[in-house]
Amino acid sequence: MKRVAVCAVAQHKCDSNLWYKRFQGMLLDVLEEIQAQTGMDFSEETGVRTIITASDDVFDARTISDNGVTDAVGGQYREEEKMAQEGLNGLGYAMATILSGHEDAVYVAGHCKESQPESVNMCTNLAYDPFYGRAMGLDYTNVAALQARDYMEKSGITEEQLAKVVVRARQWASRNPNANAQDLLELGDVMYAPMLCDPIRTTHAYPVSDGAVGFLLASEERAKDFTDNPVWLTGFGTCMDSYFLGDRDLASNFALKKAAERAYKKAGIKDVKKEVDLVEVMDCYAYQQPMWLEGLGFCGDGEGGKFIDEGGLAKYNVNLSGGMLAGNPIMIGGLYRAAEAVLQLKGEAGEHQAADVGRAVVQSTTGGAGQFHTVLVLER
Amino acid sequence: MGKKKNRNVGIIGIGQTEYSSHKEDQNQVEMVNEAVRYALEDAKITLDDIDCVIHGNMELFEMIHQPDLWHSLGSGAFGKEQLRITTGGTTGASLVCAADNLVASGMYDVVMAIGLEKLQEGHTTGGITNMADPLWFRHLQTGALTATTATMMMEEFGEDRAKRAAMKYRIMIDKHACLNPRAHRRFGLEYDQAEDLMNTSPQLVGELRLIHMCSQSDGACVMIFASEKKAKELSDKPVWIRDHITAHREETFNCFGLDMPEMTHHYAARTLFGRNGITDPVDYFDVFEMYDPSAWWGLDWLRQFLLLEGDEHIRMLEEDEFDLDGKLPVNPSGGVIASNPIGATAMLRPAEAAMQIRGDAGPQQIKKEVKHALASGFGGTMWTVLMMLEKDLDW
Repeated sequence: MKRVAVCAVAQHKCDSNLWYKRFQGMLLDVLEEIQAQTGMDFSEETGVRTIITASDDVFDARTISDNGVTDAVGGQYREEEKMAQEGLNGLGYAMATILSGHEDAVYVAGHCKESQPESVNMCTNLAYDPFYGRAMGLDYTNVAALQARDYMEKSGITEEQLAKVVVRARQWASRNPNANAQDLLELGDVMYAPMLCDPIRTTHAYPVSDGAVGFLLASEERAKDFTDNPVWLTGFGTCMDSYFLGDRDLASNFALKKAAERAYKKAGIKDVKKEVDLVEVMDCYAYQQPMWLEGLGFCGDGEGGKFIDEGGLAKYNVNLSGGMLAGNPIMIGGLYRAAEAVLQLKGEAGEHQAADVGRAVVQSTTGGAGQFHTVLVLER
Repeated sequence: MGKKKNRNVGIIGIGQTEYSSHKEDQNQVEMVNEAVRYALEDAKITLDDIDCVIHGNMELFEMIHQPDLWHSLGSGAFGKEQLRITTGGTTGASLVCAADNLVASGMYDVVMAIGLEKLQEGHTTGGITNMADPLWFRHLQTGALTATTATMMMEEFGEDRAKRAAMKYRIMIDKHACLNPRAHRRFGLEYDQAEDLMNTSPQLVGELRLIHMCSQSDGACVMIFASEKKAKELSDKPVWIRDHITAHREETFNCFGLDMPEMTHHYAARTLFGRNGITDPVDYFDVFEMYDPSAWWGLDWLRQFLLLEGDEHIRMLEEDEFDLDGKLPVNPSGGVIASNPIGATAMLRPAEAAMQIRGDAGPQQIKKEVKHALASGFGGTMWTVLMMLEKDLDW
């Protein structure tokens, strides 16, 4: 398969309440940074003609949320399509748009201000059907708690192991200038933090975050116009699990395993443990980091706790960005993961740079308790 | 860009529910499922053949966050790859463009696109008004109801001629809708009612009257796409997607004075036709399925999309050239004025165009052979999607 290049990436620093800034302004900052890096423009002849945005009507409280940002992403008289899912899917779709021959350069931009709605749980409650789920009060937090309990029971993962995940996430976040929660925590701070939604503690959950991310993608031939240090997208896969929780084995990683298998197949990865140097997972809650790593194949089913104790997180450079636990908006959590992977592969991750990263795996999820998963493979 | 493709993509299946103002016997999942089953039957394949599902509608109309998650109960997405793309009114057409890109890329062989809306469950005009900026424009916006085009056309062509032309367009569209068993509003209007309707239909805004405006409908449309190799294997009459273009615009309709900028419709048409070597679209195309939200917009946009000048579009209408047996039949389906389940509406256009090419559109089938079809989508603040469908792989 032909390769698609990531030429540049720009991240807006995440914050829990960017009240003084509109999301249009955040996107403009990101766009201008990409332009400064690459000289990209939107001219008729050589400019970018296709833009893929990622945002959400419910979080923005605007019908057609991309309509409010067309100007700030260069969409005037240009193609603009909105990925109305977690934004990592936008990178996969951009990859297809380039491989199809329809376009040779695509700008991908995502935004979300979780601080705008009264509560994130109120938004995600709307994802449940109006007849049963919504009335029961389901939202992504309490549904994740059901999955956390199921996973903890089946894997035997301990409170201490989960606390290690959070402590480590904050350590890495403190080195990442774009992360939100950068305060360091001790094991005890995590283990004895108040319950948010049993067994999820307040410190186990990602903080409300505002952010925006941009990427410039191009075909192999076109990438030279924008960068001499491209990163390649080589694999993409997704999978949908059942909607009703009772129809699912919540601790099984059914959808993630399939999504990973599809992405690895496209990228030609046979043994993920031997062929991948870095992984970024969308860990909205602490238990998700080991659980998603199991699903991605970095350790066996139920071995997440052991993996943590035996240094697996360091070995595979897991979430050197600080991950979702340090705070990214849920609709673009995967885009922030991919942004980190791109910087690591380019060798531009600064204080949180890992040594010799050749291939990275990025994962994101949409829906409650990981109903839908996306996996992207990037290479140097 | 555009035009040059990694591999060709064919439409191999189309499924639609009936469109109506109420579907109280179905929830959203069941409505989606009905259209999915029709599309699979039409393509003579099963869900096992589908590699990826793409889904789109306007979540704020029904107030469901990430509705694809719930709809997966009926969409067949379980265990499959899935994407969700939404672009307002253009959603359905954007899904077709996306399916074309996804299949042409080589990443997927067979893709199923689902567009739907159940407008009965929300407030359409409130929902559309909610797209405007909360600080600057929301208190000015009246959903999609505007009489600017009516006023401009009356100024350009004279009040009487413009009003008569808009009403003739409306009645022509209704005549087409009356033939289409799936169309929502089928009034049985006759041309001799024009005078009466022009004066008595309730005014929504200025000369935009209730009779001119599109409906609010419930319904779903599903289309299945396959690579050239797969399409030829699976289907005996695939319809080919030749090229497509999308042109979006800034957030507001026009706040920079009185000089009208080039319409996105015109920009899209001249760019698309230019790169495909089409100099006379009226002559080249055998049918045009246009997203016509009102009779005024529909009539006005014909001039933009077909690159006509002066009053050519009005003259063609007056001379019955857009009728089913005219030079370029427009909206044999009855268009958006007849049926408008918003997230599906822009997919109905290529769906009808493809059925016209296949020759199995039903009672509204155009009598002469349809080889080249044009289909458009509209949304946002004058966003447009324009695509060309072909019977033969000979361009």
